[in-house]
Amino acid sequence: MITVDSLTRTYAGFTAVDNVSFTARSGRVTGFLGPNGAGKSTTMRVMVGLTTATSGSATIDGVRFADLPNPGLEVGVLLDASAQHAGRTGREILTLASDTMGLPRARVDEMIELVSLTPTEAGRRVRNYSLGMRQRLGIATALLGDPRVLILDEPANGLDPAGIRWMRDLLTGFAGRGGTVLLSSHLLHEIEVIADDLVVIGNGKIVASGTKEDLLAAAGTLARSASPRDLAHALEQAGIPSTLAGDGSVRTDADPAQVGAVALAAGIALTELRSAEGAGLEDMFLSLTADTQREGVAA
Amino acid sequence: MTATIVPPATTTETAPARRAVRPIPTARLVRIELRKMFDTRSGFWMLVSIGVLSLVATGAVILFAPDDAVTYDSFATAIGFPMSVILPMIAILAVTSEWSQRSGLTTFTLVPHRGRVIGAKAIASVIVGLGSMAIAFAVGAVGNLAGSALAGVDTVWDVSLSTAPQIVLGNLVGMAIGFTLGVVLRASAAAIVGYFVVSLVMPGILVLLAQVRSWFEDLQPWIDWNYTQVELFEGATNTGEEWAMLGSTTMIWIVVPLVIGLLTLRRSEVK
Repeated sequence: MITVDSLTRTYAGFTAVDNVSFTARSGRVTGFLGPNGAGKSTTMRVMVGLTTATSGSATIDGVRFADLPNPGLEVGVLLDASAQHAGRTGREILTLASDTMGLPRARVDEMIELVSLTPTEAGRRVRNYSLGMRQRLGIATALLGDPRVLILDEPANGLDPAGIRWMRDLLTGFAGRGGTVLLSSHLLHEIEVIADDLVVIGNGKIVASGTKEDLLAAAGTLARSASPRDLAHALEQAGIPSTLAGDGSVRTDADPAQVGAVALAAGIALTELRSAEGAGLEDMFLSLTADTQREGVAA
Repeated sequence: MTATIVPPATTTETAPARRAVRPIPTARLVRIELRKMFDTRSGFWMLVSIGVLSLVATGAVILFAPDDAVTYDSFATAIGFPMSVILPMIAILAVTSEWSQRSGLTTFTLVPHRGRVIGAKAIASVIVGLGSMAIAFAVGAVGNLAGSALAGVDTVWDVSLSTAPQIVLGNLVGMAIGFTLGVVLRASAAAIVGYFVVSLVMPGILVLLAQVRSWFEDLQPWIDWNYTQVELFEGATNTGEEWAMLGSTTMIWIVVPLVIGLLTLRRSEVK
């Protein structure tokens, strides 16, 4: 379990992380979302002690990361797959990590096989690696010590479709065995498939957190009828605010049962009625972070 | 898309039991830092060049030195010069590559005590320094035997047992200066340039200053680390005052900046 408590990190006059608190529970995959520069990476760096917190704390199962006697055996970390000495071979990088943790060398070959790097590739210098190969090497480093907690910043970046599928199964399996996964990504569809819990951050502050079901349910209802205007009007009469989307659908925060009842009472035939989950995470993400988006997207 | 999830077969396994984890021993960290010094191409060639340049320097003395100069001291000096340049570079890169190559992200995550990692690097640097000096003395000895035999002169062993440790110490001082610059600057290029500035440019300025300003003349040996290092290379640090001068320059150029550098390094952000 990862616990972040009132974490704040300021740089000269700029607050990168502002009083952030959340918990990534064991046995679950927690998706950590936010626009560029929202403070995701800073938060993750504070968790593993690479950046000091201005105030607040982050603990792994109640222990500060720096107090873990041999962190590699307890927490697998991948923050930046490109942050490796370009002149070392992939195998050498894994050997160094494995020796640091005090693991048998055989573990290195197991990991190389697990992340589907060929022995030839493992013998090449990292300078010649593609982003996807670096990402695989980084995942291998994170998994090397058979940890209970994974902290991964954009691990799917650069992976091919098969790699993304593999990663998804790997992380679901890891959480299924009782492990804790904290995962940041901009690939919202990926997060939507894999995450059990979500934490959304914007401008250094938490804008939403909870289970995926709760957060997406809060995204409301989508309904269609032959005459969307009448439906919207009927909803308004019933005291339910709604918006008429450009594609002819009507969206509202009310749940589908309420919308159906209103339509029935007004005698409007619905052609579609569902929770807005399908458009789901992306809409939710954009509306939650609308104030903090660079593009000023109106959701 | 959601339909494509294949539940992995391993989900039925029980949660991994919490292991008793022991702290990472310092000896292991030193061994890893030693390995990191030489497991890249630049590190490897740095190591090779120590050996190769020792042989080249020895060959040059045999070929070009006049017969009366075929002495152990000539060999030691000839081998010592390239050594005194390469060893500080090794010390610099041992520290700065963690930042310049960004491998520190992994290093300081696996060992979240930067002081321990830097300490291990310092110990590893000293080991490399002592090892290289041992090689240098050995190659020089063989060169001296071969050289004197080829020149048909008596083999002269004119490096005394009191001088040899001073030469070793002089090289360790050079490495410590490089190491300090690495800790303070944390960038390979800046630290290497910095090393040449403080070892080649600065001494000239200080000597010039001593020549034109008489009040500085007496002060120079207390401030100019290069001066005290050359004294060591010549085995001329003998009196209490000379050792005090060495202590003074070590304090100014190594101890104080190293402490300040370590304090900022421990709190700095690793990106």
